[in-house]
Amino acid sequence: MGVGVKVNVWGDYALFSRPELKVERYSYDIITPSAARGILEAIYWHPGMRWIIDKIYVKNPIQFTSVRRNEVKSKILASNVLQAYNGADKPLYISTKEDIVQRASQLLCNVSYTIEAHFEMTEKANTSDNPGKFKDIIMRRLRKGECFHAPYFGCREFPANFALCEEEEIHTAYDVVAEKDLGIVLFDMDYSDPENIKPMFFRAVMRQGVVDLRDCEVLR
Amino acid sequence: MSEVIKNRYEFVVLFDVENGNPNGDPDAGNMPRVDPESGLGLVTDVCLKRKIRNYVETVKEDAQGYKIYIKEDIPLNRSDREACADMGITETDDKKVTEELKKLKKNDPGVDLKLKDYMCRNFYDIRTFGAVMTTFVKASLNCGQVRGPVQIGFARSIDPIISQEVTITRVAITTEKDAENKNTEMGRKTIVPYGLYRAEGYISANLARKITGFSEDDLELLWEAILNMFEVDHSAARGNMAVRELIVFKHSKELGDCPAYKLFDAVEVKKNEDVEYPRKYQDYTVTVHEEQIPDSVEVRRMN
Repeated sequence: MGVGVKVNVWGDYALFSRPELKVERYSYDIITPSAARGILEAIYWHPGMRWIIDKIYVKNPIQFTSVRRNEVKSKILASNVLQAYNGADKPLYISTKEDIVQRASQLLCNVSYTIEAHFEMTEKANTSDNPGKFKDIIMRRLRKGECFHAPYFGCREFPANFALCEEEEIHTAYDVVAEKDLGIVLFDMDYSDPENIKPMFFRAVMRQGVVDLRDCEVLR
Repeated sequence: MSEVIKNRYEFVVLFDVENGNPNGDPDAGNMPRVDPESGLGLVTDVCLKRKIRNYVETVKEDAQGYKIYIKEDIPLNRSDREACADMGITETDDKKVTEELKKLKKNDPGVDLKLKDYMCRNFYDIRTFGAVMTTFVKASLNCGQVRGPVQIGFARSIDPIISQEVTITRVAITTEKDAENKNTEMGRKTIVPYGLYRAEGYISANLARKITGFSEDDLELLWEAILNMFEVDHSAARGNMAVRELIVFKHSKELGDCPAYKLFDAVEVKKNEDVEYPRKYQDYTVTVHEEQIPDSVEVRRMN
C-alpha cells in the first residue's frame, strides 16, 4: 500500500457520462473512479506515480437535473467538405448552423464526495523521487488549494471545489442504507496498450454511503 | 507575441439583463433557462464562450493569430485542412490526406505536436478554451484534444427570476394563403424583466504553458472580450444586457495561493434590503471581502 489521502470535493453540478448513453448524456449516480482519479491528477500528478482510488463516500443525496444545449457535432461529412473543397458551384462556407445539434444532458446536482485514495510509485519515477516527497507536495497543495488546473466533475463546465478532508468521521447521506446497488459502473480506461485503450467496469455497491473499490472485481 | 501567462487566475463576472432573454432553453420552447429547484436563472458556459468568440472575431477580423475555430458558417474540417497545408500536405482527397498524415507520422514522430501548435498559434479560441480536433485522430495522430486554460462554469442569477411572456403582432403575413384569411400574425417573446447573473471562471497557467501558449496579451483580450461581450451582441431577443463587473483574482504563483472557493466566497452580491423586486443593478450591492483573501492574491475590479 502506498501513501493515502482523503480529499473532500463538492460542487453544484456533475456529469459522469454513461458510455451507453453518451449522445444525450446521462450521468452515473456517483462519481466514477476514473473521474475521481482525474480530479486528483488535476491537483497533482507526476509520471513517477499512479493514483489509486480506494473509497468514495457519497455525502449528498443523489439528485438529477437536466440541461439541453446547442452543441456542435464533432465531425461533419467529409464528402461534403471534399465537394466544397474541390467543387466549383458549392460555396466554400458550409453553414455550421446545420452542424448544430441540440443535446440534453442529465446532470447530477449539488454533489459532495470524499475520495479516499493512495498512490503508488511507477518505474518512471526519477531516482530522487520518493513517496515522502510526493506526499509532501500533495498535502501542501491540498492545504493551500493549489492545483495544476481547476478540477472538474466529469466535464469542464462543472468545476469541483476541493479541500483536504480532516474529519475524523465522515457522514454520508446514506449512513442508514445498508446496501444500494448502483449497477455496472465504469471503473477506468485500460491504457496499458496505447493502440487499444479499453474500458473497464465494476459493480458499484454502496454500503452505508461508501463505495469500496479495494479488491473489487474489474470486468473487461 | 507576448509571454505565456505565469499566474493562476480566477474571475467572477456579474452581468444583468433587462427585458430580454439571456439564454433560451431549447427544452422549454426557448424560455429563459431556470434551475427548476431554486427558480434561479441559468446561462450556460457555452453561451458565454460564444459571446467571447464573437467579440474577438469582430475586433480582430481574423487577424494573424486571432482566428476563430468554431465559427458560424465555416466547416470545421476546412480549418483542420489549413493545418495540414502548413505541413506541406496539399492533397484534398480525404483518404490521401489520412495516408499522407500517416506517412508523415512515421517520418516525423512529432508531427501531431506541430499540428497542434499550429492550431493553437493561429486560433484564439483554441488557445483559450481548447478544442477537440478529431479529424486528426483518424490517422492515429493525436493532436486530438487540446485542453485550454480558461474554464467557465454555468452562470446563475442572484435571485429567482420570473419569465414573462409577451405576445406581439405583426402586419406582414408570411404566406399568400394566410394573407387571404387574416391581417395580422401573432408572435411570442419571453423576457426576464430583470436578472443579475454571476458566472465564475478559472484560468490555469500550467495548461497555458504546457499546452496552448495562452499569453499575457491573450489574457488582456479575454478581459476586454468579457467586459464587452454583450456590446456586440444586441438583438431583439436579448433586451438590455451588460457586464456590470468583472472581478479578477490574480494568484502570485502558477499553482495558486489559495482554494478557488475561498475567493468566490469573498464576493458577496446582495439585494438591498428595501428592495422587493429588483429591477436595476443599483438594487444590488457588491462587496468584495478583502479580509478573506490572502495578501498574495491581487484583486482587480473592472467595470
